[in-house]
Amino acid sequence: MQHDPDTAAASRQKPHQASVLAAVALGGGIGAVARHAASRAWPTAMDAFPWTTLCVNVVGCALIGILMVTVTETGRRVPPLVRPFLGTGVLGGFTTFSTYAVDVQHLIERGHPATALTYLAGTLAAALAAVWLASAATRKALGVPV
Amino acid sequence: MTWLLVLAGGMLGAPLRYLTDRAVQARHATGFPWGTFTANMAGSVLLGFLTGAALSSHALLFLGTGLCGALTTYSTFSYETLALARGGAGLQAAANALGSVLAGLGAAYVGLTLAQAF
Repeated sequence: MQHDPDTAAASRQKPHQASVLAAVALGGGIGAVARHAASRAWPTAMDAFPWTTLCVNVVGCALIGILMVTVTETGRRVPPLVRPFLGTGVLGGFTTFSTYAVDVQHLIERGHPATALTYLAGTLAAALAAVWLASAATRKALGVPV
Repeated sequence: MTWLLVLAGGMLGAPLRYLTDRAVQARHATGFPWGTFTANMAGSVLLGFLTGAALSSHALLFLGTGLCGALTTYSTFSYETLALARGGAGLQAAANALGSVLAGLGAAYVGLTLAQAF
């Protein structure tokens, strides 16, 4: 055990800020492209319920639950760029809050307040349920004490 | 071409969110996720503005789908809300969840109003 690491040891353990930024950027680009692919594969009509964005956000929330338990709660050594690349980058870039907010706004503006409210509340409830269930299931599967 | 625009926007938006989060979280001592909140509000104002402005579809793919999409996040938002709740800060978790959603909608309206004013 090293209680007072010298700077060389510390810099070996902690990735350089530039490599973290590069990992986040690369992951963010991949995540955004994956989200765009989903919206191309399952396009949503103008006044319809935005199912594709809802599914993208809920899947991303489930995956971050799995990732964060695996990376931060198991005590295993995980390469230091895994979390910035997969969590902040890929999943952060895959899920979107701005499209969610603007889609709610458009539904209201175009005269569909009930759909807007259902989408607003439904995404929030499904996203929170997804991250909660996925992290709980991952703890159980990996034998992490709750 | 469209894929490259989304890729480039995403490669800008995600590190911008990371840097925003670091800068904001370093400036307060509470456990509240103001960093993600700030990034989500900024992205919602900007996307509201972009959709209200008459932009080309290429500009929208780069700035809207790519940059705003990656600047904002639902996964970190929901994970941080769950972490607050699990840590016993149920009230803060509820405030983050409801506050973000309502403020995000307000932010989209601010952006749209700005676009209409120009």
